[in-house]
Amino acid sequence: MDNHFDIGLEELRQKLLLMASRAESAVNESVQALMQRNHMLAMKVRADDDIIDEFELEIDEMAILLLTKAPLASNLRLVTVAMKVSQNLERIGDEATKIAKRALDLAEEPPIKLALDLPRLAGMALAMVKESLDSFVERDSTAARALIPRDKEVDAVNREMHGALAQYMMEHPEAIARCLHWIVAAKSLERIADHAKNIAEEVVYLCEAQDIRHHLKK
Amino acid sequence: MTASNHHWRKTKNMLMQTITFVCAVLVILPLLLVFFQLLTRGASSINWAFFTQLPKPVGEVGGGMANSIVGTFILILLASTLGVPVGVLGGVFLSEYTHRRLNWWIRFTADVINGVPSITWGMVVYALIVVPMKGFSMLAGGVVLGLMMIPLIMRTTEEVLQLVPTGYREAALALGISQWRVIMQIVVRTATKGIVTGVLLALARIAGETAPLLFTAFGNAYWTHKLTEPVAALPLQIFSYAISPYDDWRRQAWAGALVLILLVCALNIGVRTLTRDRFGGARRDV
Amino acid sequence: MPNAPLEQKTAKTAALTVRGLSIFFGNHAVLKNVSIDIAAKAVTAIIGPSGCGKSTFLRAINRMHELNPEARMEGEISLFGENIYSRETEAVVVRRRVGMVFQKSNPFPTMSVSENVTVGLRLNGIRDRRVLTQRTEEALRMAALWDEVKDRLQAPAISLSGGQQQRLCIARALAVQPEVLLMDEPASALDPLATQKIEDLIIDLKKDYTIVIVTHNMQQAARSSDTTAFFYLGELVEYGPTTRIFTKPAQKRTEDYVTGRFG
Repeated sequence: MDNHFDIGLEELRQKLLLMASRAESAVNESVQALMQRNHMLAMKVRADDDIIDEFELEIDEMAILLLTKAPLASNLRLVTVAMKVSQNLERIGDEATKIAKRALDLAEEPPIKLALDLPRLAGMALAMVKESLDSFVERDSTAARALIPRDKEVDAVNREMHGALAQYMMEHPEAIARCLHWIVAAKSLERIADHAKNIAEEVVYLCEAQDIRHHLKK
Repeated sequence: MTASNHHWRKTKNMLMQTITFVCAVLVILPLLLVFFQLLTRGASSINWAFFTQLPKPVGEVGGGMANSIVGTFILILLASTLGVPVGVLGGVFLSEYTHRRLNWWIRFTADVINGVPSITWGMVVYALIVVPMKGFSMLAGGVVLGLMMIPLIMRTTEEVLQLVPTGYREAALALGISQWRVIMQIVVRTATKGIVTGVLLALARIAGETAPLLFTAFGNAYWTHKLTEPVAALPLQIFSYAISPYDDWRRQAWAGALVLILLVCALNIGVRTLTRDRFGGARRDV
Repeated sequence: MPNAPLEQKTAKTAALTVRGLSIFFGNHAVLKNVSIDIAAKAVTAIIGPSGCGKSTFLRAINRMHELNPEARMEGEISLFGENIYSRETEAVVVRRRVGMVFQKSNPFPTMSVSENVTVGLRLNGIRDRRVLTQRTEEALRMAALWDEVKDRLQAPAISLSGGQQQRLCIARALAVQPEVLLMDEPASALDPLATQKIEDLIIDLKKDYTIVIVTHNMQQAARSSDTTAFFYLGELVEYGPTTRIFTKPAQKRTEDYVTGRFG
């Protein structure tokens, strides 16, 4: 039988999931806006970021409230993980907003002639976000653990793109401004992948009570 | 809640209050009557002589009940030396050492004995002490009164000890104090007031016992110097004077009765004073 | 029923070693095959729902369960290596080495503050006034009560407040200089301020004493103990460092109890 505290915990979880789906959508839409040079979509992403920020405030407030009830063991871990995950989701939202900003800037100018592998980078980052959130919902720490090394792959792809763009900039100085936008957008995607990794680490802590941040254990 | 209902309830309340008041007064009434009688008939005969002189021989006017008063006190003392230790320790046993079956029997016996008529006690001690000693004596009087005190004191002691919270016993035992010391120096000490109350009440009861003394102390017109001699006691003296044909003696009997009842009252007042709550004891909650 | 897994011995020595302890009241098994090591100069908390046997366990350590004539005991408890249930050992001697503080404070009402503190000494034969005075001050200081009562040592013990009376009981237990101090829900009858004082006191006392405290308040166990043991239905389910028990317990029953799913 659920008591009021358990109901409070469940509300926290649900709110976190709502925030998560918004953050996921933001990334999706911002990448879309970037690739399709969609002005309207980019504006929407930027406006919707307020909602994600609001979620972070609400979740932190709920968490503090639950902490006054002195939760223990798995309940305690859920509350502290929720606070950390909400922070990561908020940053993901911010990065999506940055991508949308760059999309707006790029949409006003003609496209550059370099074939960029951004869709692949975006796909990898998006997959990490989705899977990290799935592992939270399913409380699947094995899936979360599997996610963590993939961050390095994203970093690699980002470096490749960075290199390709740097090369192009040197050869086509008139395209420098546009290349910089692309570099920043790619960097944002790389950061989004980082945050997804952080979320995965928090999921491992929630399920196994093991703190695997900052060093790879077992 | 109608007005008439309200009125009826008020009346009922008043009625009950009046009835209970009247009943309470009716209880006190006999006591007041007794006092009144004793005071009017006996107070005039109380003088210095009453307390200091021995009874005069038949026919002579005057004299007092000095030996009876002293005798009563000595008998009470003797009875206490038997009744108090045995009664208190018996009560301690019943309360502190749990042997289910045995304790049940002891309590049952004590309660039965409490109901035994005092004259029976007198006859028993007559057979056990007076006959072998070939004479009435102060000793026999003391013994019979003491025996009567035992079941009384035992039961009140037991009840008072049971009221001492278990927490005190546990705390004392947990300090590594041996059980006997725990009982005597913690439990009994906590219940001292109650035990003394029980003793005083028992004394008040036996102070006025007449029938058993008829067979044991027997009475004495003179001072008693030895335990083995008969002794005068107030109830005995009152008895013999009251049924005598002499006016003077009958007046003295009233005086004796007054003194006796004052003694019993004094004992009861003593009980009240002891049990009043001396520590106002307001506890702060910090 | 399998034993709970024995934790690895810490660097501290074990003050109490319990092996296979079972206690029966009549035919009813109140404790079943409990084995645990209690570390010296540390605080061990015993938690569990009502009726789980934690109070009985505590009372077995100073042989107070023997006050119940129907109690029967199997197994072994050793205090610093000595078996406290051996035939040659008297319960009275054990109780001088293992002190106890109860849930409801019970200073003896006919005695003053100082008489209460020294009662365990006086009634065990120690009469030297200097020793008694010295021990009184020591014990009251250790119980964080000296400053509050030093000017009214002769006042009746029951004139103190509830929290002070409980600290007086602690001083009374400490005056006998035990090695182990057992506390059965010592703060459950006190208000939050008095409770906090008792908890701080417990943390101070562990420098010199081994303390075992039974509590139904998990936050109290979390605040003041180093090791926590969880009992359920007479069995020891789990024990280990307090932070571990309250953040990531190993047994599901412990997790369920600690998160309030039952009990």
